[in-house]
Amino acid sequence: MFGYYLITILLLGTGSLINRNKQIRILLLLLFLSTQTAVAFYGFIHLNTSELDGNFYYDPLGVLFLFVLTILSYTTIFHSYLYLQNRKDSSRNQSIYFAALIILIAAMTCVYLAATIGIMWVVIEATTLSVAVLIYHERTHLTLEATWKYVFICSIGITFAFVGIVFLSKALQEANSVNLSFSDIPGHLQNVNTFWLKLAFIFLVVGFSTKMGLFPMQTIAVDAHTVAPPPISAFISTTLMNVGFIAIFRTYSIMSHTSILPWMNQILLWCGFLSIFVSAVYIIKVNHLKRMFAYSSLEHMGLAAIGLASGGIGYFAAILHMVLHSFVKASIFYQIDQIHRVFKTYIISKTGGYFSKNLAGALVMLLVFVSITAIPPSGMFVSELLIFLSLFESQHLIFFVLILILLTMIMWALGKNIFSMLFLPSDEPAGNVVKINPWESSTQFFLLAAAIYLGLNPPAVFVQLINDSIMLLPK
Amino acid sequence: MINVLLITFLITLFFVAIANRLLTYIKVLAFQGVLLFTAVFIQLNEINTVNLILILMETIIFKSLAVPLFLAYIIKHNKISREAEPYLPNFISLIIVTMICVVSILLVNSIKDQELDKIFFVVALSALFTGLYFIISRRKIITHVMGYLIIENGIFVLSLALGSEMTLLVNIGIILDIFVSVLVLGIFTNRIGDTFEAMSVDNLSNLKD
Repeated sequence: MFGYYLITILLLGTGSLINRNKQIRILLLLLFLSTQTAVAFYGFIHLNTSELDGNFYYDPLGVLFLFVLTILSYTTIFHSYLYLQNRKDSSRNQSIYFAALIILIAAMTCVYLAATIGIMWVVIEATTLSVAVLIYHERTHLTLEATWKYVFICSIGITFAFVGIVFLSKALQEANSVNLSFSDIPGHLQNVNTFWLKLAFIFLVVGFSTKMGLFPMQTIAVDAHTVAPPPISAFISTTLMNVGFIAIFRTYSIMSHTSILPWMNQILLWCGFLSIFVSAVYIIKVNHLKRMFAYSSLEHMGLAAIGLASGGIGYFAAILHMVLHSFVKASIFYQIDQIHRVFKTYIISKTGGYFSKNLAGALVMLLVFVSITAIPPSGMFVSELLIFLSLFESQHLIFFVLILILLTMIMWALGKNIFSMLFLPSDEPAGNVVKINPWESSTQFFLLAAAIYLGLNPPAVFVQLINDSIMLLPK
Repeated sequence: MINVLLITFLITLFFVAIANRLLTYIKVLAFQGVLLFTAVFIQLNEINTVNLILILMETIIFKSLAVPLFLAYIIKHNKISREAEPYLPNFISLIIVTMICVVSILLVNSIKDQELDKIFFVVALSALFTGLYFIISRRKIITHVMGYLIIENGIFVLSLALGSEMTLLVNIGIILDIFVSVLVLGIFTNRIGDTFEAMSVDNLSNLKD
């Protein structure tokens, strides 16, 4: 099945690259979406089976993130379509855009389902290259700069991850194993030299943090957010960060039964804490709407890393947090596209009175503020509460207090900026602004509602998937 | 024999540190490709033929022919001046690269592992950090790509030390990825050259808060 999926994707990608006809483009995109949905459901039905000589594996976490990706593919393609129509892009540029988008979604699917660390490394680099085309879409000086930095630093980061894999295979050689699959590695790591494992972990985390947008490699993801088309920013901030998370999660879980577990927890805890710290420092003075939410993503990635580091219920909370964050953050960036159409700028101080200009959009922003700052009834309130609970249980009281203070600062900064955009009177009269069709916001309401529903009343199958994914981790 | 090759590789790093012209950089990169090719030939005599052919392709065709020619084309196409324009004088560069080398030797010597082939690790770590140093200390964008390639070569040495136990699929993927990333970096270098007057990183500092 997965082989057919890859072949279909390649055909559809090539098709949308050479096609210039509008109707055929829509047809190709619909075909792609149905293929993507099919592979997600196929993976769910055939949970815990492998594909293509054991190179891909439908594991619970992968399938869970695959479903998130599939849902967001629908909305992202919808909003990309609107974005391109409103920009009146040439047919050629639209073709390149959608071809790159299809390849990107397929590459992320491969990352989620990769069964060996080598395959995962290869497809992660593929996500970098395909997203670079999308970041560069607007073809200005700034996009050029951001794309250059993104490709270059991601390539170096991914090279670091490769060094990590080399060290890991060095450790495995001591145990006379050459198998780099995630299911096989843990059994061989019991009696190996921990020095190699520590080196491998450091290099892998630094390398994959380029993708997750975690400290120490957070800067490029922020820059990429700033200039990418808003629907693509939604992807960079959600599913692509899930890619980094799943890479770090798998690295962590294969090594979690060795004696370096406390040391790994320390590393992740500091990474997470510093991410939140950097995010709080920058978000206070930021004046660019997309950068503001990019720093907010950095904060949430930090929280997920902390959940992973604290253990216990934190594992569950980290995955839940990633899923909910994906839905909320995606709807924010779709909404930012509308905001840009109304105000023609991303600079927050030049906006104002959004309620009188686009009522549906303003309601989305209000809900977004509640959701992203984890105020009840936001679903993220539940996941953040669980993360703090696990942090408290693992006796990190100083971190606990400091992070709460930093989160309050972030909340204040987000509130200040969002409310000034929504309520502050603006100079421009409401008459001559672009009218936005309220139905365009329906996807955002849907995603925000999904985040609340999954957080407050998670369906049993959803909880089961998360519990299955953390089954192998130490209790 | 393998030691001679690796030490020659190390010497090329010092040579790059004091090189003035971009063409010298390219020649050194091509030469490193040849060195790695010979090293593979001596070191990996037990792996299967297809894998061997792939690795040979990567070193000879890719590292010592395709990439240097492509870089030379970029330099010609964008009329990049032939000086490397480092931020620091060459003498200090030489001292820093020497320091990197010494630190790598000390670091590797601190590892308590009897079976470890230390010289591979010294050379690999030196190349890795020297590459990073070149990226930091050079003003031109093209030299950044060259620094990245030196890092890649260092990692190649590192995986050589372990006998490169990767499966065929992963090997193909790695070659493709590196090839495409160099290509993409090259294309963007061209774009930057077309967009801005001078291809200097000073032009790339507009994105900030």
